[in-house]
Amino acid sequence: MIALEVKKMKKNFGGVKAVDGLSLKFEKGQITSLIGPNGAGKSTMVNLMTAMYPPDAGKMIVHGVTLEKWKSYNMPTYGVTRTFQDVRLFEQMSVLDNVLVVLTERGVFRSLFETHGELHLKQAEEILKRVDLWKKRDEKAEDLSYGQRKLLEIGRAVAMDADIYFFDEPFAGLFKEMVKTVVSILHELKNNGKTILLIEHNMDLIRELSDHVIVVDAGKFFAEGEASDVLARKDVVEAYLGE
Amino acid sequence: MHLSVLVGVYAILGLSLNLVVGYSGLLSLAHAAFYGVGAYGSAILMKDFGFSFLSAVVLSVLITMAVGVLIGLVLSKFDGDYYALASLGFSVIAFGVFLNWRDLTNGAFGIFGIPKPEIFGYKFLAGEPYAFLVLLAVIFTFLICYFVVNSSFGRVLKAIREDEKALQVFGYKTTLYKLAVFVISAGLAGFAGTLYGSYISFIDPGGFDDLVSVNLIVVVILGGLASLNGSLLGAAFFVLLPELLRFVGMPDSITGQMRQMIYGLGLIALMMYRPQGILGKFRL
Repeated sequence: MIALEVKKMKKNFGGVKAVDGLSLKFEKGQITSLIGPNGAGKSTMVNLMTAMYPPDAGKMIVHGVTLEKWKSYNMPTYGVTRTFQDVRLFEQMSVLDNVLVVLTERGVFRSLFETHGELHLKQAEEILKRVDLWKKRDEKAEDLSYGQRKLLEIGRAVAMDADIYFFDEPFAGLFKEMVKTVVSILHELKNNGKTILLIEHNMDLIRELSDHVIVVDAGKFFAEGEASDVLARKDVVEAYLGE
Repeated sequence: MHLSVLVGVYAILGLSLNLVVGYSGLLSLAHAAFYGVGAYGSAILMKDFGFSFLSAVVLSVLITMAVGVLIGLVLSKFDGDYYALASLGFSVIAFGVFLNWRDLTNGAFGIFGIPKPEIFGYKFLAGEPYAFLVLLAVIFTFLICYFVVNSSFGRVLKAIREDEKALQVFGYKTTLYKLAVFVISAGLAGFAGTLYGSYISFIDPGGFDDLVSVNLIVVVILGGLASLNGSLLGAAFFVLLPELLRFVGMPDSITGQMRQMIYGLGLIALMMYRPQGILGKFRL
């Protein structure tokens, strides 16, 4: 069953075709890795799917519903959440507030007269313990190490309890123990039926985690298939992975 | 007592502006407009239409909030430098209205003889009674601001300040939050205007020009961004500095100019060494 489908997505930056008519499908409950060299358009694709950039053309089908136009603030309605390639936290806010802010009920009046504060605090505690940051809950996000910042961002995404997760290079810059934590989170999400799009450069992790791999280059589709098959293809390895 | 009333009025203005500038990260230069709308509103309602002080205050605050909705709807589309410039535009427009809509505002001549507040038969004359009234108003404003910034809504405002685009991905239609805080802030500034007009008994457009908006930014940044106590400190410093200069022997003829210079120098020094302000917790 397809959780998310993107059709003929296009995005130009000046004269550069960052995404050039890409069509992709993401199977529900699977981890799909989107790979390709730097500048292939992977992160741009995620930014288009989450309306961080408006696409020049293309549409998105989420859970069978076709979207011609979509806004980033509607992403949770479609069950979509994400992390960012360059970590984007609410830097001068506490670690705890970074998670609480995504748990809060939406709407001006609801947030002014919040009635589920204790429940959200419990949920935040659970998530921060999962990423080993509960002890640092009162520290500002900007004071965390790079790896901790990555983990907080992943925790914040998990707190959204979405159906579809876009993780943009979640392992970059992490220590071994942190990598283990993120791997276990991804397994847990998958086991709970969540759909995951993973952008990653570490081939071992891609082999370990991916059910399906899609290769893109210069904003265009290049290849797809099971991880073992795609990563064994000589043209993929030679042209894009440099192995 | 005169100074304590002015400190109180500026404290209300500082607290209200801090919601927008300090907590939400929106550098608004439109605050003098709301201060003026509140002052003119209550003055006209009391003097020309015979409203009581309390009903004039409530109605003026509502009028100011309505103006805040109109201006906020436009400003919510902007962020960063554009927000500051667009808000300054509104401040200039409001000054033009105060100056040129003579039938309503009496233009450059201003409005004289604004009645003193009378609540349940008690008249708050200048001096201690008025200072007490303003103190109550400051406490009331402080509690509203405290509630706002410590609610989940306040947390969303801080996240808007930090990264509005990223916050939107998590389901926040941030323009609504920006508009809401702007309207709350406008209403409180209008409240300060009503107190000021009744106290001074005379208002003219010069009391609400763009320099007032800039001075209020100084109050907020000096005292501390995203610090309610900082706004109180900033207001006290702003109002009492000229007296301090007189106290150290500076002639009256130059204290005014010196005050502006010291505010300017203080602001530069803070931006260099403590950009969050004296009691502030956050940088712009």
